[in-house]
Amino acid sequence: MFGYFIRRLLLLIPVFLVMSAVVFAIVHLVPGDPIDNMLQIGSSPERRAELTAKFGLDRPLVVQYGVWLDRVFHGDLGDAIILKQPVVSLILANLPHSLALGGLALAFSASVGIAIGALATFFRDSWFDRSVMTIILMGATVPNFWLGLLMILVFAVELGWFPVSGARSADALVLPVLTVGLGGVALIARVTRAAMLETARQDFVFMLHAKGLSKRQIYLGHVLRHALLPVVTILGLKIGWVVGGAVTIEYVFARPGLGSLLISALNQRDYPIIQGCLLMLGIAVMLGTLVGDLAQAAMDPRIRDGMR
Amino acid sequence: MSLLAVDDLSVSIGMVPLLDRVSFSLDRGEVLGLVGESGSGKSLTAMTLMGLLPLIGGRITAGRVRFDGIDLTTLPEPAYRDLRGQRIALISQNPMTSLDPILTVGAQIDQASRLHAGLSAAAARARSLDLMHQLRIPEAVAIHGQYPHQLSGGMKQRIVIAMALAGDPDLIIADEPTTALDVTIQAQIIQILCDLVAERGLALLLITHDMGVVAQACHRVSVLYAGRGAETGPVHDIFARPRHPYTKALIGCIPREGQAPGTLVGIPGMVPTAFAYPKGCRYHPRCTAAAPDCRTEVPAGSIQGVGGSIVFCHHPLEVGHV
Repeated sequence: MFGYFIRRLLLLIPVFLVMSAVVFAIVHLVPGDPIDNMLQIGSSPERRAELTAKFGLDRPLVVQYGVWLDRVFHGDLGDAIILKQPVVSLILANLPHSLALGGLALAFSASVGIAIGALATFFRDSWFDRSVMTIILMGATVPNFWLGLLMILVFAVELGWFPVSGARSADALVLPVLTVGLGGVALIARVTRAAMLETARQDFVFMLHAKGLSKRQIYLGHVLRHALLPVVTILGLKIGWVVGGAVTIEYVFARPGLGSLLISALNQRDYPIIQGCLLMLGIAVMLGTLVGDLAQAAMDPRIRDGMR
Repeated sequence: MSLLAVDDLSVSIGMVPLLDRVSFSLDRGEVLGLVGESGSGKSLTAMTLMGLLPLIGGRITAGRVRFDGIDLTTLPEPAYRDLRGQRIALISQNPMTSLDPILTVGAQIDQASRLHAGLSAAAARARSLDLMHQLRIPEAVAIHGQYPHQLSGGMKQRIVIAMALAGDPDLIIADEPTTALDVTIQAQIIQILCDLVAERGLALLLITHDMGVVAQACHRVSVLYAGRGAETGPVHDIFARPRHPYTKALIGCIPREGQAPGTLVGIPGMVPTAFAYPKGCRYHPRCTAAAPDCRTEVPAGSIQGVGGSIVFCHHPLEVGHV
């Protein structure tokens, strides 16, 4: 397990380099220029050149990347061009909101999704299986910004149970968590069910029946355990989503968070913030994948022994 | 009365009849070989005896199965579950896929003891190690903590046998226990099973397609062909005087010492599928002695000779005709 851990960790280095280079380069492919936004109409070309030089935007891209990467390793993501604050402090101010929303949404999707998937498999082809899986399919196809608006309309405006927007109190989290989490519930439930049905067809499950175990013992003690292997991988990938994937939902509920920060920075072409946010998301996805892989290795001895 | 008595058992999956009036019986301390080619219904018989037909959508359409006085055909599932593993155990065809790949093999043997004997975790482990010693598994303590993929096929099959023994069953059904193993391991596993029968007085239903294994291990043999019985009787009698042409052909397939290269024989043709069973005797299209009545009339069983062999053939081979 330790050797596997080290191998997986070393693999992150090239992944990080490629990811950071893409993050750095991608904003330069976006049309628009922050200097244009800063200049007053009718400013002289000299003023423009002066500002470009001040922010180092006149240097070759490779040099800009090197300088940027060096700063990143020193915990400096630069200063926001429009907001004129250190990007690190902007990210740190917004990150807890995103973590709370994403983390709770992930926990909600995992627990409810696995439970529904397992129950649907156990009562396969019953009315429960059919109706729940149909509802879930519908839930998965509804765009979540629309679901968010619907939630606001019903539970906040009509019923008045929760705040419409903002992040001033804990109950303001309920509707965004449900909105983000429901899509995850649908995905996890479907993956759990499919994986359990596939496992249930294997020879060793037949042998467990022959051994005299009850269906419940077989499904909960063995089949679900196997089904969790793909589920854990998906949950690992979704950790990236914990950090900033809920971009549109933060916008719909007017919540602070990395998603909101990223969207406003994109509108203003505020390169350092965009880079900083994308880098955070990239790192989150990398770490999420790592956590998913390690969890799989902890659960499956064949992965630890390099058989898969 | 026999420990296991199967009388005129018929089984269908969906609308397709697969077993047709199969009968055999088995006693404690006895090894019965159930022989036939692939598709003859051997494994289906094992599933039926384990009460696991519903898993594959099958059901018993006629006949009776009595085990130690219990009618298995009408036994409700909860009562059947108490038999499974505890009184009737299964050793499956493929040890490579019969074990849960993400649990240690030890935990899987322990599980059977805990389930059937109600043992504590520590007692179950001690019992598993004891069983592993009896099955001549070296370094049992180390192997107890290993995962299936870390063991060889022969070792895995011993683990499966240990698992079957953990419930201290009266009847073991071994469904082609050596098919997936190296030839060198096959004899060892068969020997282990025969020793268990002798030492523990349990009954063994040995399902195989290998007449060589039957000759080596079984007391009695029941030959199946295309879902029907062909011939049943004591091994020495059947090998010395096969009366069904199919049995004779099967025996002829065993390679013999000193046999000239290139003279190994098979049986021409194939076992028909359940959708295309021929009328009359199902073996007639491949039979060298088929007569007109074989094509139309289903042969009934007749008792032949002093050994009490039962033969399902219109024209059984003459005694001494080997």
